[in-house]
Amino acid sequence: MTARTLFTNARLLDPASQLDRQGEVLVDDGKIVAVGASLPRDGAELVDCAGHCLAPGLVDMRVQLREPGDEHQETMATGGKAAAAGGITTMVALPNTDPVIDELALVEFIARRSRDVGLTRIRTYAAATKGLRGKELTEMGLLAGAGALAFTDGVAAIADAVVMRRALSYATNFDMLVIQHPEEPRLAEGGAMTSGEIATRLGLPGITPAAEVMMIERDLRLVEITGARYHAAHLSTGDAIEAIRAAKKRGMNVTCDTAPHYFALNETAVGDYRSFAKVSPPLRAEDDRRAVVEGLRDGTIDAIASDHAPQDQESKRLPFASAASGIVGLETLLPLALELYHNGSVPLLRVLGALSQRPAEILRLPAGKLEAGAQADFAIFDLDQPWRIAVDAFRSKCRNSPFDGRPVQGRALRTVVAGRVIFSADAAA
Amino acid sequence: MTSLSAPFSFPHRHLLGIEGLSPDDITGLLDRAETYIERNRQADKKQSVLRGRTIINLFFESSTRTRTSFELAGKRLGGDVINMSEQWSSIRKGETLIDTAVTLNAMHPDALVVRHPESGAVQLLSEKVDCAVINAGDGMHEHPTQALLDALTIRLRKGRLQGLLVAICGDVAHSRVARSNIALLNTMGARVRVVAPRTLLPAAVERFGVEVFTDMRQGLKDVDIVMMLRLQLERMQGSYVPSLREYFHFFGLDYEKLAVAKPDALIMHPGPINRGVEIDTEVADDIDRSVIRQQVEMGVAVRMAVLEALSQEPRNIAPAK
Repeated sequence: MTARTLFTNARLLDPASQLDRQGEVLVDDGKIVAVGASLPRDGAELVDCAGHCLAPGLVDMRVQLREPGDEHQETMATGGKAAAAGGITTMVALPNTDPVIDELALVEFIARRSRDVGLTRIRTYAAATKGLRGKELTEMGLLAGAGALAFTDGVAAIADAVVMRRALSYATNFDMLVIQHPEEPRLAEGGAMTSGEIATRLGLPGITPAAEVMMIERDLRLVEITGARYHAAHLSTGDAIEAIRAAKKRGMNVTCDTAPHYFALNETAVGDYRSFAKVSPPLRAEDDRRAVVEGLRDGTIDAIASDHAPQDQESKRLPFASAASGIVGLETLLPLALELYHNGSVPLLRVLGALSQRPAEILRLPAGKLEAGAQADFAIFDLDQPWRIAVDAFRSKCRNSPFDGRPVQGRALRTVVAGRVIFSADAAA
Repeated sequence: MTSLSAPFSFPHRHLLGIEGLSPDDITGLLDRAETYIERNRQADKKQSVLRGRTIINLFFESSTRTRTSFELAGKRLGGDVINMSEQWSSIRKGETLIDTAVTLNAMHPDALVVRHPESGAVQLLSEKVDCAVINAGDGMHEHPTQALLDALTIRLRKGRLQGLLVAICGDVAHSRVARSNIALLNTMGARVRVVAPRTLLPAAVERFGVEVFTDMRQGLKDVDIVMMLRLQLERMQGSYVPSLREYFHFFGLDYEKLAVAKPDALIMHPGPINRGVEIDTEVADDIDRSVIRQQVEMGVAVRMAVLEALSQEPRNIAPAK
């Protein structure tokens, strides 16, 4: 464990307690001992934060790490370095690896590799159905016991209404969350971008935005019959957000997240067939982008996740419809989310809450808060530092980002997990 | 009329689509193409405009007429034309599009004529080569030389494009010919209608400066030109339309539906024709109304003008490293 350390001269930001003031954080034995304006020194090692922000470390609730199976695209080690550099202290991997995370041994494998790598904490979801085939349920109780945080079929929708009903119903035995990729798969089949004028002009097969809200509305009915805990991933359309907003108003226990590309970009990013802007669900029209911002502002959207999806060059240097979907996001999550604050759309504490407190609450993780007794996972960041995103500097193995060259503000300086510094900008190459 | 030796300026490196071309660009190409029509009808067709130039026809999707048309166009201008089809071994072996482009580029062609089943593939390829790239049809995106040859055919018969009323009928949703023609006709000041069942109209089609009809008798009323599109067999058997019989009943061009068009309305079709599916055999062969064979003839002339415009300038070819 780590020595007693006092982080001084920090702008403390804690969404859970709405704290935003200068102060200090005392850490000992991997835990936060005290948070306050001025704390006793008591021989602790001092770390001067030089007035920069100190906030709960980011909890990224949706990443693909490609290990096991596609280690040429990403590993827990490279993903861990990228996450650490992005201020992320916990990330949760989707089960769509090879093999699929649908067995106890694989959940345990992730936990062991996470400890070996020793950077950002890596947790995992388990598949809701065996082999992600959408037919038979996995051993949810045993998988939950081994540490799976929730059940999902990853980048595939649980499409069959009977299977989804049973997955939701069975998950309630263990009070476990089911996460949906909300997209009616038959409507999305063969589609390359959102349908509309641009898709028609480019001659690309379109995916109607309605494919998202349709699946969510169906799921909400199933949640009503089963009483399950349900989370809709990466919302991209105004109609889907409105459906969740209405469900929350009715008192339903449902949550959702979005990813930075759905509020930082719209369909025009596809431009002349830029495959780096191909993502699932697809980038949407400007009205939908605005609706995502509004959903974050009013709290309908609980969380922002990177939806980190590494793809190698060979998968992207193809004609648009054949190119793989996905954007790498671990190293751009914080600055892109902070755009919402810098452009006046969403208050700072709400942005930070969507990045840490809310995902931790949804997944029932002991993270996302600056308070005595909490695990000492936090990020120290310069809120205002202007810089340009440069994919060549990514620690991730892949470079598939449409944000290369984008000017942003705000950057992680130091990332701390269990009191231990896992990333420091001073030491960064 | 432009003289054969006059310099001909075309301010684009590639021809990837009609979108982005100005009325002057289009008129320039059509004027130039027109000068080749007579010569193509004579016994001695050979010219030396492209002597020493190499043109590669690279077809990832089978096509006899477009490939032959480009091949004749290149040869009649004195260029060396090589055909590479999807049967070409390395394409078959799964070599990527970009690898193929880089390989061919090293052979220093002056122009690549490319057809590919995927939208955007020709543009992707053009970004990786030094020579001119001509889109001979990419997926559902564009088929610019088809729109140019259609325009030339119309211009010869009607004397103009400006102000004409043109109905494009059939599978607009999946048609690169429709997209290129809509762009060209709008650029040149024609009025465009599209006529199709809703399942064969693309999303947001009304934003492309066209009037939308789902009834042939309304859509063809008073038009100067009826442009029929080919309906792919796999799309007419229950997926987009319920049956061939129903499609022909409502959307096949016959004399009865044609009766509401202007008496001198021309009938066009990019070929190959599905007789009895989108067009009645007698209508297709009507010597007074159908210009389908003339379209094929204009195709060679238009492709000569395009090849001349794009491959005449010496290319900046980087030495091999």
